[in-house]
Amino acid sequence: MRDFEYEAPTALSAAIELLAQANGSAKPLAGGTDLIDHVRTGRLEPDLLVDVKKIDELNVLKLNGDGLRVGAAVPCYRIYGTPEISQQYAALTDSCRIIGGIQIQSRASVGGNLCNSGPAADSIPSLIVLGGVCVIAGPNGTREVPAEDFCTAPGKNVLEAGELLVEIKFPARATNSGSHYRRFIPRNEMDIAVVSVGASVVLDESKENIVSARIALGAVAATPLFAQAASDLLAGQPANDESIARAAAAAKEIATPITDMRGTAEYRTHLVGVFTQRVLNAAISQARGEAICYKPGH
Amino acid sequence: MAKKRVVTTTINGDTHEFLCKPQQTLLEALRDVLGLTGTKEGCSNGNCGACTVQMNGRPVDSCLVLAVEAEGADLKTIEGVACGNHLDEVQSAFLEGAALQCGICTPGFIMQTESLLEENATPSEEEIRFYLSGNLCRCTGYDKIVKAVQCAAEQRQAANA
Repeated sequence: MRDFEYEAPTALSAAIELLAQANGSAKPLAGGTDLIDHVRTGRLEPDLLVDVKKIDELNVLKLNGDGLRVGAAVPCYRIYGTPEISQQYAALTDSCRIIGGIQIQSRASVGGNLCNSGPAADSIPSLIVLGGVCVIAGPNGTREVPAEDFCTAPGKNVLEAGELLVEIKFPARATNSGSHYRRFIPRNEMDIAVVSVGASVVLDESKENIVSARIALGAVAATPLFAQAASDLLAGQPANDESIARAAAAAKEIATPITDMRGTAEYRTHLVGVFTQRVLNAAISQARGEAICYKPGH
Repeated sequence: MAKKRVVTTTINGDTHEFLCKPQQTLLEALRDVLGLTGTKEGCSNGNCGACTVQMNGRPVDSCLVLAVEAEGADLKTIEGVACGNHLDEVQSAFLEGAALQCGICTPGFIMQTESLLEENATPSEEEIRFYLSGNLCRCTGYDKIVKAVQCAAEQRQAANA
């Protein structure tokens, strides 16, 4: 593998200084499941890796009345290993359980999945539908970016030289809310999404009507997409097949997939409709406290 | 050129101090520096699980860990599974059940199975297949591996009863 230096600072300010001084030739290292492979294959050529796993701020995993905070270096297994998070932020843990296999989940972080900014990244639709806000620190201070605005192109995002993703924070969940994420893959596990959909819903007291919803799509555009028009169509509507079908049709409208070995553009667009319906139904079931029949990959 | 670093770890209960470069993976350090060649290299990109070891109690692909990241870590490798000349339940079940042919994937499967059974002493077939999905075997077709894991789980349950 390429020759590089390695630093593991314990202070956030020291990490930012190292990244800023390196002028683009340094990369932050969290779980390394993408980064180490990219350095080995020569896709990335860093002179310095800054291991961020010893920085307290990036290891925060805190759930309280204000919401949820997930440090950028927190590995997937810690997230789905917290039952309260699985219950309240189900879409996020649905994602974390299917990123790679168990070995990958021991190391891979949601922050890294976001910063890698793949169009099919499994965590990003969930971050979007749960209202995730990315907290970014850099030489000029801290700023916040909504999850749906973070990715700008395949492998590209809003981070500027010297900036580091610190955490993703989520608002507290409303009562009678539910969320779900699933992807279509031709096998049961260890695959890249052909299409993926995340959804979050808030129901009224009767649990028959939708107060608000958020839908996000993966693998059907250059970046994961927040399906805002489809989401808005559900507000104030009964939680039934007709409302869901209208939202699914609207979600298909914004999909601009490519044709590749995983599927044709037409097939992917069709799947957006099918999966939007399935995922909305599952999110509604979760909000009602009903069991969800779901096998990852189907 | 990056200087070599001193890394201090616990491996299979013993303290080890070794020198490595930042670009060396944990897999390379285990095999090439420490001579612990039980851990195998398969794909070297995190798909096959042949290099699975436990790091601080979690299964990881050692090809996707830098050796310098192991500073202060508690590692367990395939060499730490048997007790002297006595194979543990998982090793015995793989041997007795013929759950291997060429054997390159076997240390990874055994380490992953050890992690599975620590988390879930009585896994269903579906849970076994899901937990082992990060381990590839190109010889057996998996059925004998799954049966060996079920057998090991039963043996361990019986031993602990």
